[in-house]
Amino acid sequence: MRPAGYVRRRLLLAPVQVAAVASAVFLLAEVLPGDAAVVLAGDDPDPERIARIRESLGLDRPLLTRFAAWAGGLPRGDFGESLVSGRPVLGLVLDALGPTAVLASATLAVLVPLSVWAGVAAALREGGRFDRALTAVGVALYAVPEFALAVVLIVVFGGLLPVTALGGLTPAALVLPVAVLAARPLCSLSRLVRAGMIGALASGYAAQAVRLGVPERRVRYVHVLPNAVTPAVQQLARTVDWLLGGVVIAEAVFVIPGLGTLLVDAVADRDLPVLQGLAVLFAATTVLVNLAADLVAFRLAPRA
Amino acid sequence: MSHPLDHPLSRRGLLGLGLAAGAALLTGCGTSSPSSASSGGRLRAAFAGGGATETLDPHLANLFNEAARAKAMFDKLADLGSDVSPQPRLAERWEPSSDLRTWRIHLREAVFHDGRAVRAADVLASYARILDPAKTFRARSSLALIDLPNSRAVDERTVEFALKRPFAEFPNVLAAFGTYVIPEGHTDFAEPVGSGPFSFTSWKPGRSVLLRRNAEYWDGAPFIDELEFLIANEETARMNALLGGQVEYAHDLSPVTARQYASRATFVKSPNSAMQAFAMKVDRPPFDDRDLREAMFLLTDRQGLVDTVLPGAGQVGNDLFGRGYEHYAAEIPQRGHDLDRARALIRKAGAEGLAVELTTAPVAAGFVEAATVFAGQLRAAGLKAEIRTGDKDTYWSDILTKGTLASFRSGAMPIETHIAQRLLTSSTTNATGWRRPEFDALYEKAVSAPRAADREGAYLEMQRTLHAEGGLLVWGFADWIVATSPRVQGVSAAPANTMDWARFDKVKLA
Repeated sequence: MRPAGYVRRRLLLAPVQVAAVASAVFLLAEVLPGDAAVVLAGDDPDPERIARIRESLGLDRPLLTRFAAWAGGLPRGDFGESLVSGRPVLGLVLDALGPTAVLASATLAVLVPLSVWAGVAAALREGGRFDRALTAVGVALYAVPEFALAVVLIVVFGGLLPVTALGGLTPAALVLPVAVLAARPLCSLSRLVRAGMIGALASGYAAQAVRLGVPERRVRYVHVLPNAVTPAVQQLARTVDWLLGGVVIAEAVFVIPGLGTLLVDAVADRDLPVLQGLAVLFAATTVLVNLAADLVAFRLAPRA
Repeated sequence: MSHPLDHPLSRRGLLGLGLAAGAALLTGCGTSSPSSASSGGRLRAAFAGGGATETLDPHLANLFNEAARAKAMFDKLADLGSDVSPQPRLAERWEPSSDLRTWRIHLREAVFHDGRAVRAADVLASYARILDPAKTFRARSSLALIDLPNSRAVDERTVEFALKRPFAEFPNVLAAFGTYVIPEGHTDFAEPVGSGPFSFTSWKPGRSVLLRRNAEYWDGAPFIDELEFLIANEETARMNALLGGQVEYAHDLSPVTARQYASRATFVKSPNSAMQAFAMKVDRPPFDDRDLREAMFLLTDRQGLVDTVLPGAGQVGNDLFGRGYEHYAAEIPQRGHDLDRARALIRKAGAEGLAVELTTAPVAAGFVEAATVFAGQLRAAGLKAEIRTGDKDTYWSDILTKGTLASFRSGAMPIETHIAQRLLTSSTTNATGWRRPEFDALYEKAVSAPRAADREGAYLEMQRTLHAEGGLLVWGFADWIVATSPRVQGVSAAPANTMDWARFDKVKLA
């Protein structure tokens, strides 16, 4: 495979994929009972007022007209305006992207080194005490849902660390959310690294390298490890995608005004332009992250 | 999204349609004498909010946090007191003409944050903006009876409102939700300018609003220097932030939370804040049968509902809105639990074993729980009760036209407003389908009879009718609960939406 041609094909396909997702979101939101006007009217559902809101939002225009108007703005970077606040969607999404990016980066900074280290350490002493402990803890931790872990951590560490990000996303305020977000991916990634490492260590090329007198450390970390982590890269891509797609529960519990919070609000408000803006962002993120993962995997372990 | 007034306990913290009332001073667990506290400092208050889609336009205020911020920066001409009767605010006093069609409002001496005086022209401009047919402001229907073209500024501080019909309760309109006075021509709410106790400093949408003390406030300068509104949609996050010292005030908490953390924070409970009810549609079977409605009233174990759904934070209701409010018919005896009589009435109505569908949705705290308990009570009386969970985002609109029995609630508002919005033939949010010309006539009498005694008599008669055979089964009144750190003093137990709710200008930090 030639990476350059592959990347070109994938990048050409990306806008099509993004457009398909955005159209699907638009249509699905249309199927939801009640439009933004009904939701906005809330506990004051005066039919005349709902009709007026619907008109002022342009919801009385045909579906295709609205979709065309929205899609037409995209090439100019115009994602439309929020139905609820009237503010530009792009600004809302970018504002929310900041906290999400900080949270995702901090989580990855902890997650990647820790899972590689744990997986390698367990594989090198397969069946040893550390390996068995890692397996036991990993399986148990993986079974704990995020919200439950968050509650436990808040109870235990609430006196020492900020329990919400209301005071800002400071390093201290990041500790608990990062711990919650990293816990389950840590279990799955370290297991994958461990399995890959055990397989690669037992492979013929590793044995051959040792026979040729290559130092053991070099065999492990230069020859074996890159092959061993390749399966984990795909899993890591899914984790990155999840972190960038808005981690709804963690954001709600720790009051982090990121993409997950924006998404929940937009759905509840039937704020279609915001929802579509997020769909475009999420689709683009997914495409790019997976492309990056494929390239990294290719680089680590080139196959014909 | 949100909506304020009535469903106070949903995720976004809606304001209760007017929540209100009374008894502001009855419970006050957290109220201590402010005089002993020192002033200064920044108070941080956590509210549920609309997230990144919120607004600072006071005329668009919908959620509790938006209403609280609007109240901090702006004033209305009047506001609702502890008995949900209108009290003068920017209006110093008002006088009706003898035919109740013209009202003269005398403004007090007050200035906006930019130093301009509050003038009659600002009041007229604010009301004109709300009444603009091209806009969709919530308060528009409240102001609809003002004949604006024929209203005028008599002088700088006197407004004369012409009404389209005689209306004795016009001060309710001046106190209506969202009727804030803004400076004429200043409709840029990126940097709001009002006449309220705090002036604008900065805003991060979806995160925080920072305000500072207005030393010139006409009702006395606030004690604290700065007020910061923070958004935390989850109740547990608000409580955790309070316990962790990240905020000093957490709005809108559940009875369970109040009980669990009673020893670790100060809880302020405001009684008679949110009416809890089931709405029966009287315009269609089966509840078009008066005997069956009475059976429903009698089979309800109100105390059981309160003990389960509002433990330690509510009182039983008497099938009437507005307990403790002005015009409330307290003389009508409390209805008890009489299962035998209920069963007899069900037999009389030929409704034994009738299948009843009870619509509910998690739009307000305790809704689904109350519906579950009530379904059990219906079964005990020999009816077949089924619970149907509706779409929570469109619930309030759906129950207007669909179904026969639905969970219902309301925040505080004047009893007159409740009737006008929900119980007249012309009411647009008539969830019980109660449309009776003779009742409409009584309402007309209550709001336009020249003699006060006649008006009071009409209120009593309307409530007697509703109590005997209305469609609203009011089983309880929920307290409104906020928590503060022990440093905070002077938080009033006023129901949400009333004048003394969220009065951060009267609060001190020790």
